[in-house]
Amino acid sequence: MATKLPHVPVVIVGMGWTGGIVAAELTKAGIKVVGLERGKERSTADYYMGHDELRYAQRYEMMQDLSKDTVTIRHNLKERALPYRTHGSFLLGDGLGGAGSHWNGQSFRFLPYDFEIRSKTIERYGEKKIPEGMTIQDWGITYDELEPYFDKYEKMAGISGEQEQNPMVGKRSNPFPTGPMKTTPSMKMFMEASKKLGYHPYIYPSANLSEMYTNPDGIQRAACQYCAFCERFGCEYGAKADPVVTVIPVALKTGNLEIRTQSTVTRVLHDGKKATGVLYVNNITGEEFEQPADIVMLGGFVFTNVRLLLNSKLGKPYDPNTGTGVIGKNYAYQLSGGAGGTVGFFDDKEFSNFMGAGALGAEVDDFNGDNFDHSNLNFIHGAGIRIAQAGERPIANNTVPKGTPSWGKEFKQQSIKYANRVLKVSMQGSSMPFRHHFLDLDPTYKDQFGLPLLRMTFDFEEQDREQVKFIAQKTAEIMKEMGPTTMQTTTELKPYDVTVYQSTHNTGGVIMGSDPSTSAVNNYLQMWDAENVFVVGASAFAHNSGYNPTATVGALAYRTAEGILKYIKQGGGSLV
Amino acid sequence: MADGKQPQDTSRRSFLKNSGIAIGGLIVGGVVGGALGGGQKTTQKEEVEKVVEKTVDYNQALMYFNQEQFQITEAAAERIYPKDDLGPGAKDLGVAYYIDHQLASPWGMNAKEYMQGPFFPDAPANLGMQSPLRRHEIFSIGLKGLADYCQQKYSKKFQELSEEEQDAVLKVFEEGKEFKLVGTTTSAFFKLLRSATIEGVYSDPMYGGNKDMQGWKMRNYPGNQMGYAKDIEKEGLVKYEPKSLHDHMSMGK
Ligand SMILES: Cc1cc2nc3c(=O)[nH]c(=O)nc-3n(C[C@H](O)[C@H](O)[C@H](O)COP(=O)(O)OP(=O)(O)OC[C@H]3O[C@@H](n4cnc5c(N)ncnc54)[C@H](O)[C@@H]3O)c2cc1C
Ligand code: SF4
Repeated sequence: MATKLPHVPVVIVGMGWTGGIVAAELTKAGIKVVGLERGKERSTADYYMGHDELRYAQRYEMMQDLSKDTVTIRHNLKERALPYRTHGSFLLGDGLGGAGSHWNGQSFRFLPYDFEIRSKTIERYGEKKIPEGMTIQDWGITYDELEPYFDKYEKMAGISGEQEQNPMVGKRSNPFPTGPMKTTPSMKMFMEASKKLGYHPYIYPSANLSEMYTNPDGIQRAACQYCAFCERFGCEYGAKADPVVTVIPVALKTGNLEIRTQSTVTRVLHDGKKATGVLYVNNITGEEFEQPADIVMLGGFVFTNVRLLLNSKLGKPYDPNTGTGVIGKNYAYQLSGGAGGTVGFFDDKEFSNFMGAGALGAEVDDFNGDNFDHSNLNFIHGAGIRIAQAGERPIANNTVPKGTPSWGKEFKQQSIKYANRVLKVSMQGSSMPFRHHFLDLDPTYKDQFGLPLLRMTFDFEEQDREQVKFIAQKTAEIMKEMGPTTMQTTTELKPYDVTVYQSTHNTGGVIMGSDPSTSAVNNYLQMWDAENVFVVGASAFAHNSGYNPTATVGALAYRTAEGILKYIKQGGGSLV
Repeated sequence: MADGKQPQDTSRRSFLKNSGIAIGGLIVGGVVGGALGGGQKTTQKEEVEKVVEKTVDYNQALMYFNQEQFQITEAAAERIYPKDDLGPGAKDLGVAYYIDHQLASPWGMNAKEYMQGPFFPDAPANLGMQSPLRRHEIFSIGLKGLADYCQQKYSKKFQELSEEEQDAVLKVFEEGKEFKLVGTTTSAFFKLLRSATIEGVYSDPMYGGNKDMQGWKMRNYPGNQMGYAKDIEKEGLVKYEPKSLHDHMSMGK
């Protein structure tokens, strides 16, 4: 029997970016919040031995313990789904700060096109442009409506970026709060080459912080040291924007936030109309608790958000056969992991490839979103084309020319020769939802508590293969202009391979929209079927863009916080 | 610093002060605060020299392998990453000790991985590892397979074969067609052996491989530096004296 705890106004599941942002905004407004986080507590002091490639990057020190909970994956309805037994394609966050502690910090806003993708695609190309089975829909909010929340997110995190308005992306009300990151020689080459080709390169907006910064909450952070242990690592300097050094301390300082770590939420309790609280287990003692609350916010990342709703029987599960129902609908991913990219080998030039920062690089958006004419192309949307300097660590980076054996004398010589003589232009491609890409409960595999795991049904489509083929020509064109001795381009997109890291940009499953029959949450991320439940994160994305997701996730979280305050003030009811 | 070399005695403490990260404010604490807290007794250079003087490496003993397993692993890893005019190979870098220690670690036991059945080991490779075996088991089966195969084919131990013969055997194992193992495949074992060898060459020396950071030195990898803010805009390859996590230990004192 679960021990029933005293009632609280708001309970939040997960203390990553979304949980942290909403907790900060609510507690500043005087609302009492309990934050439940399944992982451990964290601080910058934990990163004393942080520069350890094996422990953090190869052994996933900071990521979810898959022995307790994971997902199962299959490519299509006919295949048997099998557990994601070891980390590969994506890396799930765990612990205070969530994936926000070990992310890179590349901080792009989605495009105006993204939020109205269906209308705008039809407007420009006609309805026939959207192939059978592609379930794109408008998000129920426009870029202009979301702009003030992007601005808020960027000021909180201190996003560093170029000060002029970029012509390829949405209009900004304010310049980035801090100036751009430094420009490395390889970034310079990429930018010069793409400018020559008539494109519009710019330096990544970055949450690594180019200069010392004090945010509107009074949080002061040091500048990035370009230490090259960023992606998959925590930042010992507190330079990288991370919930643990930004929003969480602000919330704690109000005295209104109580964080309970080592607390795994297993169910949202409800009476069929509204949630009454959550059920969770203390990982240390094994005790089960019921936490009653007026409002429940889910911020456990895509997979937890969807699984909790399905296991709690809250909201209508998506059915791929009829296309009805909403929970689990429109799962999407991205096109990356080498596909569409070009590697250049420079025999006569050396670079300090081991230096870097998680969000250091340059990007071209001329072939992203609807920034180019798709009339004669067999796909919609596009990709960011980029060069990154995140710091190449030696276990993970041994790029050799095609035809080189993968071990032995020649491998050793070539991998050493090219360690600091190789550059990569890569793509981050958008991912459209399809009727048969979805999340539901696995019929066979169970988690540590005996609850069904979440099952993913996903593979790449013709839309994706066409996009990769097209973008590959562009990455090759830019690399060629950069003048390598030899180069090789990957034009082919193979079926989804869960063993190769691509990105932790999984999206959908609890999507937002303006119609309760096709979306699960409204544009405050309030559930249509349970007005006191807010489901926050990339789970709300109706498709995935050619950008990293977190700036858009953060903006939506600020909007949710505003919505919850409104909801409390008006004493309940739908916010739209 | 004209040649791009870092000054030898940059202590963590003065680094933090000079780079202006020792700020007040609401946050930053943790490591930074601790580093600035006390006085520094020994300079880092003295600390490094003390270690180099040490002759006995107590880390070089076995946690998992028996002697035979160790010898096969040492010989096989050397073929994957051989000694040449660029520098030492896996053997001299201590890679077999590294692999031994790792197989005894939580990673060797697949401790943080989902190991509940049912298992379908013959599933498509792009659905990932689906074997009920733990890594240390795959390794033991694979090493036994290497020994058996060499006995059958050459009537010798793997470690007694010529380099060319060893390469040929490893190729057979990599391809995974000619020789069968029970419960796993030679190619699954080879993949593990290869990736563990690369890890042993390039992981921090505290794990038992990458002896004296020689793996890093061969490719001008500087290991654990505080940061590159000062040099990252420079053209060409900037060279540093590498540092390990052990060097970091003296910094917080
Ligand atoms: C290696 C890596 C690099 C990345 N780089 C970038 C980047 O450069 N730019 C970008 O925009 N994005 C990046 N991302 C993605 C980014 O980290 C996420 O978009 C962001 O952290 C999502 O925030 P969230 O709050 O939705 O989820 P998370 O940050 O994942 O937080 C969810 C939290 O919920 C907790 N939780 C889950 N289930 C439960 C439960 N049942 N009970 C209690 N607690 C639970 C988890 O432990 C976790 O702490 C990266 C991700 C990874 C892994
Ligand atoms: S690269 Fe910069 S932001 Fe990233 S961990 Fe290092 S110092 Fe922190």
